[in-house]
Amino acid sequence: MTVSAYLILASVLFTIGATTVLVRRNAIIVFMGIELMLNAANLAFLAFARMWGDPTGQLAAFFVMVVAAAEVVVGLAIIVSLFRTRRTVSVDDENLMRH
Amino acid sequence: MSAMTTLAATDPSLVMSVPEQILFWTVGAIVVLAAFALLFSKRAVVTACAIVLVMVGLCFLYFALQAPFLGVAQLVVYTGAIMMLFVFVLMLVGVDISDSFIETIRGQRPLGVLFGLGLLACLSGAVLKSTMPPVQGIPQDPEMSNPSVLAEILFTNYPFTLEITGCLLIIAALGAVIMTHRVRLTKRVTQGEIAAIRLRDGMRLTPPPAPGNYARHNAADIPAVDAAGQVIEDSVPTVLRMRGQVHRLKGVAQDLLPDEVPPARRPDAVPPSGDIPAVSETPQQLAAEAEAQGRKPETGEGEVKP
Repeated sequence: MTVSAYLILASVLFTIGATTVLVRRNAIIVFMGIELMLNAANLAFLAFARMWGDPTGQLAAFFVMVVAAAEVVVGLAIIVSLFRTRRTVSVDDENLMRH
Repeated sequence: MSAMTTLAATDPSLVMSVPEQILFWTVGAIVVLAAFALLFSKRAVVTACAIVLVMVGLCFLYFALQAPFLGVAQLVVYTGAIMMLFVFVLMLVGVDISDSFIETIRGQRPLGVLFGLGLLACLSGAVLKSTMPPVQGIPQDPEMSNPSVLAEILFTNYPFTLEITGCLLIIAALGAVIMTHRVRLTKRVTQGEIAAIRLRDGMRLTPPPAPGNYARHNAADIPAVDAAGQVIEDSVPTVLRMRGQVHRLKGVAQDLLPDEVPPARRPDAVPPSGDIPAVSETPQQLAAEAEAQGRKPETGEGEVKP
């Protein structure tokens, strides 16, 4: 058992997040999938930081966290304004750009 | 917290210690199972709760990976702020909104699952095939705690990144405010104008009377009774009236019905009918009431006064 077990866990979580983005239709659930992918990346960062004995990897995870917070704010604002105009959060129905 | 960091610190070698393995397998199983709710749960609220569980589990793993600061930040930022924001938006959008499982693009779901499996194979293959260096572990300095170490690196090597991140946060907050801002399409109607309209059209000027029945029943579906024992229909919210969910007085406060009051409790000065309008329940009562009022319409007031 090495630290690479954490990397395997991170790749499993990243896969679940990516599959969620591909499969689900609810925009909020898709967004949660993106969050899960970011978390998986953070887990990999921390595992590598421990492996190399360098806290800079933890700093990278910190920046990922900050950017994730900003991204969530903007993304949820987009979802709310889309819901206001279209009364739906399904990503299939969002075809405003096409018409 | 300190126990967990020392637990990880005692094992800087290649192999995880047994307690850490137990922690890893327990929390890892919980996290993966909870993450599957993203794929299989129909309701978005259930998914949000499962993701909160994932975030808390990851917080434990961060502690095991000798990153206590990131563990606390994970707990505060992800479970405390981000997931609560998700739940707020779910409430705005409608909690009972559920995902449709109708395929709009044919064969997209199987393809997505196939892509996921392929991604998993690629990622784990890369991890398992690559040669990892011996695990060194984060150097533990008794003088410097983990946040201090991170702060030193952050403010010595990456101050510009920090400033850009601050700009990003401000822009994101502004963007959210602008995007959720609704442009008013109609003129704003002030309170004074509403009052003027009510005066002009002869509508009710005061707020409607509160529901309830002399505080004996605290539900909003019971109409209030005025001093004369008359049911005030306006006291019940319009929605309940439209749905026909208004409770009758008979069901909740039997003794308040003027007709049900025993004769001994009635003031003798008051004639048995007419002046205290009965609560109209049946057509017969309505007819009797109308008849009584029709017989002496103008004498009602005069008789009570003395």
